[in-house]
Amino acid sequence: MSGYFLSEDELLLKNTVQDFADSEIAPRAAGYDESGEFPFDNFKGMSDLGLLGLTIDEEYGGSGGTFRQLAVAVEEIARACAATSTSYIAHLSLCAQFIHMWGTEGQKRQFLPTLANGEHIGAFALTEPGSGSDAGAMRTTATRSNGSYLLNGSKTFITNAPEASVFVVLATHDRNLKTRGIDALIMEGDSEGLSVNPLKGKMGMRASSIAEVVFEDCAVSEENRMGAEGEGFRETMQVLNSSRISIAAQCVGIAQAAYEAAVSHVKQREPFGQKLAELQAIQWMIADMATQIDAARLLVMRVASMRDAGMPFVKEASMAKLFASRVAVEAADKSVQMHGGSGYLAPTPAERYYRDAKVTEILRNTALVIARVSCEMG
Amino acid sequence: MSQLRVLVGCKRVIDYAVKVRVKPDKTGVVKEGVKHSMNPFDEIALEEAVRLKEKQVASEVIAVSCGPQACQETLRTALAMGADRALHVEVSGSEYEGLLPLGVAKILAALVKKEEANLVVLGKQAIDDDCNQTGQMLAALLDWPQATFASAVSVEGEGLAVTREVDGGLENVRLSLPAVVTADLRLNEPRYATLPNIMKSKKKPLAQMTPGDLGVDINPSLTVLSVEDPPVREAGSKVEDVDQLIAKLKDSGVF
Ligand SMILES: Cc1cc2nc3c(=O)[nH]c(=O)nc-3n(C[C@H](O)[C@H](O)[C@H](O)COP(=O)(O)OP(=O)(O)OC[C@H]3O[C@@H](n4cnc5c(N)ncnc54)[C@H](O)[C@@H]3O)c2cc1C
Repeated sequence: MSGYFLSEDELLLKNTVQDFADSEIAPRAAGYDESGEFPFDNFKGMSDLGLLGLTIDEEYGGSGGTFRQLAVAVEEIARACAATSTSYIAHLSLCAQFIHMWGTEGQKRQFLPTLANGEHIGAFALTEPGSGSDAGAMRTTATRSNGSYLLNGSKTFITNAPEASVFVVLATHDRNLKTRGIDALIMEGDSEGLSVNPLKGKMGMRASSIAEVVFEDCAVSEENRMGAEGEGFRETMQVLNSSRISIAAQCVGIAQAAYEAAVSHVKQREPFGQKLAELQAIQWMIADMATQIDAARLLVMRVASMRDAGMPFVKEASMAKLFASRVAVEAADKSVQMHGGSGYLAPTPAERYYRDAKVTEILRNTALVIARVSCEMG
Repeated sequence: MSQLRVLVGCKRVIDYAVKVRVKPDKTGVVKEGVKHSMNPFDEIALEEAVRLKEKQVASEVIAVSCGPQACQETLRTALAMGADRALHVEVSGSEYEGLLPLGVAKILAALVKKEEANLVVLGKQAIDDDCNQTGQMLAALLDWPQATFASAVSVEGEGLAVTREVDGGLENVRLSLPAVVTADLRLNEPRYATLPNIMKSKKKPLAQMTPGDLGVDINPSLTVLSVEDPPVREAGSKVEDVDQLIAKLKDSGVF
């Protein structure tokens, strides 16, 4: 299927991850959705395949893979269990990738090998109760005191926080400097003054844990700062740009799963003595879904190729994310529709895809970025 | 004991999850545009060979596939799973349609001699034609001992100890080397290729040849007349109670 634009090793990776995800991850997805437990066994399997450190260089214990390979892997994981892919993205594309891009040699050697092999789980703490899209308005402060920073404030909606041993945290040392006052710090999960309050009641992505993270005079050494003082926000923007490739690939995976469930349903359901698949109205929907999903996949692979080639990719990443998240939500919606009543209830997976898909339109909304970048580029 | 050079058969077959369809002209099944993968029993055979290498019992694992160009994809998978090198014996078109277990066994026998292999591990059968003959024929051609349907293999002295799954239970056999072993389902659980190994597999050697290069004649001794769909099962009907069931069975002459 659409393999022609993948290289031989990408195709082999796709088949391998698909086999793994189909036989190990997918059968557990509904159970994890119901229990909301963290999918440690999925992480273990992904670690064995070398996926947890996919884009991390081999010298830091990663697989030294490309962003195209990452897109292929994320799509297949998300197709089997979107929640697992959310935790995977927070772990690799936000936390580990941040350290990989901006950490010092020492920080990379200290933190990346155990993130790449899954011994440690990573989280990325940017959002606050009062600042989401407008992340630069953060209030968590990092006050200098003899070679350390003292953190005070709170972060919220932090994926993986309950399990994480490594946090990349953004905080400001001077709010007057606005985004120029923000620093990126690596914190360990057991730091004194750091507490995690799990949040319950998520609509979807339930197996991917989420929490509030509170800092009370939490000390972190200056040595744990990534990059120069005041550079944290600029660094964050670049990491977020890269992470959109993963999120967009995740959207394609969810859409593909919703599509496959719909196709298998309409092929066997026979109301009024005729298979749904034989009705033209249904065929139109299926054809539309398939086309949209493939278009989204092409946008993802385009931006991944650009990232791999070292070209500027900000606009293309935002476009891929924007388009793919719409496709995911629409495909999940159509899939529930075609399932009829059975689509509204578990154990049919359609309702889970629907709940899981929605968040992709919320995470790092990118319409704005596209508008801004397009205007700048005139 | 002397180190083993292991030859492993890796057949490219239609993926087990695909719903197979018979071609309208009944000459075979539809293969175009259909997902293919390595025969699952061959994956098990390969896994066993790779484990022998990891235990330093085997010095080299060589994966072989006979068939069209696309078999090289299957061989790349084998290399990513741990084979050291791969041999592709190209057989395509109508020649491949007519390739039977005897032809494959002859090719393997020639390769065993060429490569000086002293152990061949194959799947007990391929999930497409379900022949379950290649391993046995190969052992006969080479005049080597064979242990088919293996569910456990270990090295014992200068030979192998193999547990075979037979109808009545398990049979333990000991065989001298060189030998042919065919893998059953429970022999092991094959690993997934890791991303770093997928990337390394690109650098491993893959040699291409034809049956002619090996001096093997694969002319089939058998012609397929037609391939048919299995009969469609008729819908069942529900009965209210045991009496009705017995009456129905009597009506249909079963009882
Ligand atoms: C499941 C989940 C996991 C998450 N994981 C993480 C994590 O690991 N780390 C982390 O730091 N954060 C995480 N978040 C937070 C997430 O990134 C934010 O929720 C997101 O950035 C939106 O911010 P907000 O919730 O404050 O919404 P707001 O910023 O208040 O936005 C509300 C709505 O208004 C729109 N909007 C905002 N500003 C504008 C504007 N200028 N023009 C037009 N529309 C606008 C937004 O698109 C949105 O639709 C997670 C959230 C969820 C739900």
